[in-house]
This record gives sequence, C-alpha cells and structure tokens, in this order.
Amino acid sequence: MLTKRIIPCLDIKDGRTVKGVNFLELRDSGDPVALGEMYAQQGADELVFLDISATNEKRKTFVKLVREIAAHVNIPFTVGGGISSIEDVAPLLEAGADKVSINSAAVSNPQLIDDLAKAFGSQFVVLAIDARKVNNQWTVHTHGGSRPTDKKLFTWAKEGQSRGAGEILFTSMDHDGTKSGFAVDPLEKLNQLLQIPVIASGGAGNMNHFLEAFVIGKADAALAATLFHFGEIKIPDLKAYLSNHYLPIRKTI
Amino acid sequence: MKIAVIKYNAGNIRSVAFALERLHVDYTITDHAEEIQQADKVIFPGVGEASTTMRYLKDHRLDDLIRSLKQPVLGICLGMQLLCKHSEENDTPCLGIFEETVRLFVPQHHEKVPHMGWNSLTTINDWLPSDLKDQFVYFVHSFYVPLSAHTSAQTEYIQAFSSAMRKDNFYAVQFHPEKSGPVGEKVIQAFLQQ
Repeated sequence: MLTKRIIPCLDIKDGRTVKGVNFLELRDSGDPVALGEMYAQQGADELVFLDISATNEKRKTFVKLVREIAAHVNIPFTVGGGISSIEDVAPLLEAGADKVSINSAAVSNPQLIDDLAKAFGSQFVVLAIDARKVNNQWTVHTHGGSRPTDKKLFTWAKEGQSRGAGEILFTSMDHDGTKSGFAVDPLEKLNQLLQIPVIASGGAGNMNHFLEAFVIGKADAALAATLFHFGEIKIPDLKAYLSNHYLPIRKTI
Repeated sequence: MKIAVIKYNAGNIRSVAFALERLHVDYTITDHAEEIQQADKVIFPGVGEASTTMRYLKDHRLDDLIRSLKQPVLGICLGMQLLCKHSEENDTPCLGIFEETVRLFVPQHHEKVPHMGWNSLTTINDWLPSDLKDQFVYFVHSFYVPLSAHTSAQTEYIQAFSSAMRKDNFYAVQFHPEKSGPVGEKVIQAFLQQ
C-alpha cells in the first residue's frame, strides 16, 4: 500500500541549516549533509533543502552541496530556493537532485512550470505555494510570504497542475511557526481538487497534527522543520504513532 | 567486476552512480558499444518520457546494442518500461525484450497519478531475496507493466502490477533502488550477484 510521507525541510544559508520562525528569525541547527543522512536513517521518507542564499555566487555553493547530499543520502530529495529558469535547474539535476521546487518565479512567470515539466518531466517539478487568508480568501504570497499577489490558492494550484507540476507543496502562512496544527480545511479542498500529490506544510506542533493532516486534510505527505531539527518530535516516534493510528506508514530495516 | 551504466539522456544516471559508489562498486558511465559489450553487468537507468528516449536510443544505435547484450542487464524505472514491447506513453514501440505492453494508470477512486512515494513489494520470487517481501521501495511513475510470467515482484496501486521482472539475462525494476534506502541497496546487490 502506498504510504504517507514524512518530510523534514532544511533551510540552507551559506552551506548551513537554518530555520526561520515565521520566516523572520533565523537559527542555525547544523550541517545539512549530516542532518540529511541522520533523517534518512531515522526513517524520513524524503527531504527538502531550500537555499535561502540570495546571490548567484552563493548558488554555486548550493550546487556543490546538492552533489554532496546526493552522494550521501539514499532517499529522494527536493531542492528549491531562487530558481527562475531552466538554466538554474539543469545543474541541480546534474548534481543529483530528484525534484526542484519553484515558488515566486512561477507566480511571476507561470510558463516556467510548463518549460520545466517539458524539459525534465512533471515528476521533477514541485510547485510550492505560500498562502494566507485575506478577506476570507486563501491568497498566494511570494518572496518568503512577504508579498501578496492577486492569485488565489485553489485556482493557482489547479493551474499549476494543468501546466505540468508533479506535486503541490502548500504552506499556510497563517499556521507556519504557530505549532497549532496544519491548515486541514484548505488541504482537504486541495486534495479533492487535484489529481497530483499534495504536501502539507506549516503549523506542525505535535504528532496528532500530522494525523489530522493525513486523515482530515487527506494530504499525501507532511513537512516540518523546527520540530524535527530541535528534536521536539523524533521521526521514529512519529511514524510509530501514525502507524498505531492505522495509517499506511513505511517501516524501515 | 566491470559495471557499465548506459549513458543517455536519462535523468537519474548521477543518482545511480552515487548508489554504486555507496556500495563501493566500480563503474563507468558510457555510450561506447565496445565498453558496454565487454562489461560484466550493464545498468540501464531511466527517468523521462518513452518516445523521446526511444528516439535518442535509436539515433545513437543503442537500441540494437541493448537487445544484443548477453550479460546481466538491469533496467530501472523507464529503463524497465523500454525493455517491454510497447508503451501507451505516446504510443511508443520499445525494445521488445519483454512481450508486455506498458499501460497508463487509470484512477478508480481518486487515486493520484503519478504513483509517487514508498510502496511495498507484496510478492517476491526469482532473483530477489525473499526477505525483501513486504519491504518498501520508492516509486515515481504514471505507466505500469501488468503482471505476467516474467513478474519477479508485485506491488499494488490501483491494481497489482509488476514492480520487478526478469527474462533470461534481462532484469528490471519499476521502482528506484538508488533512492530506496537500505532495501534498494539490497536490490542492487542482488542484481550484482547474478
């Protein structure tokens, strides 16, 4: 049976792991390759590495890091951050990344989704969407959630799918960093609306929140960062908990 | 032991190479006919679209070369599908080692397509070690090979399908052993021992 995926997310700056609480405050929690290997051994089903370095020079460092990760980590991983063209993506693929996530660049240039899907295949393209409720409508935000756009979550996700995205990574800005649980209602709606997998992100605070994202939100995967990095929830404990609640979960050897 | 990984426009060659390095196995990534023919084992990776990839193989005369190989050959993901006779993906004639036709997943109860993530090997036979039964491996695919006499492992998604196959010296897996943690490493080692 296809299992629900647990995905730790690592934000990378200058080759180190960081995580912003509500994207504003950054804290250092380790070496990305070592952390990635540790999560893989603990039973993480996939990993996400987001490069938050701004300059092109730093991005070359990130490609080197991606190669290191691919050499050491034996589970699939997605990389993202600042990708705006096929030229940005090709070196990441060549370095061994399994998927790339695109966010702001896809909002300003939706054709990018088509181009990447055509060049590399849909399974390679994760459309990351940051949204928060504005006037009771789930509104897409870009640039780390700082800029509101005129796009709405559900129509944008649907458009992303029809343009060739292979997965949707939905982060609720209203929930991110609050530890009050995932945004299960919009998740459930996304999963009804889409034929491609949906990854829940933002708001995980305890193990029951993951259960809610899968059972009520019908998510295919759930992502968290701080919670895992600071050991507040251990992945083996989380997977045992979900398994005990009758969810299909991968057991590792 | 010399391992040749066939070099072509597939997406996962680097990942396959890294997996071999983690197992401390020497390999070359090559599209030279002689080098491939002289290898003890050949790995035929694959991520991409069937018709474009078949055209590339034909243009580089790799199609006849692969068909003529006598040593153990392992097709991975699209590599397995291309070893079949025909694919529904853009109505593509393939290499024809296996007689099967590759079919598109059609959802029955709002299942997502592609089949993406970790799923289990519910039956195991032939070349795969029996302790891999019910172990989880990583899949990403929208097309599948139906069960047949050549099935060496099966997995259920929408319906039961072939997650591993073998015919003579041709071995194949639909999942990505190079991304399937310790279980995937066991699968690669099982192939290398053939």
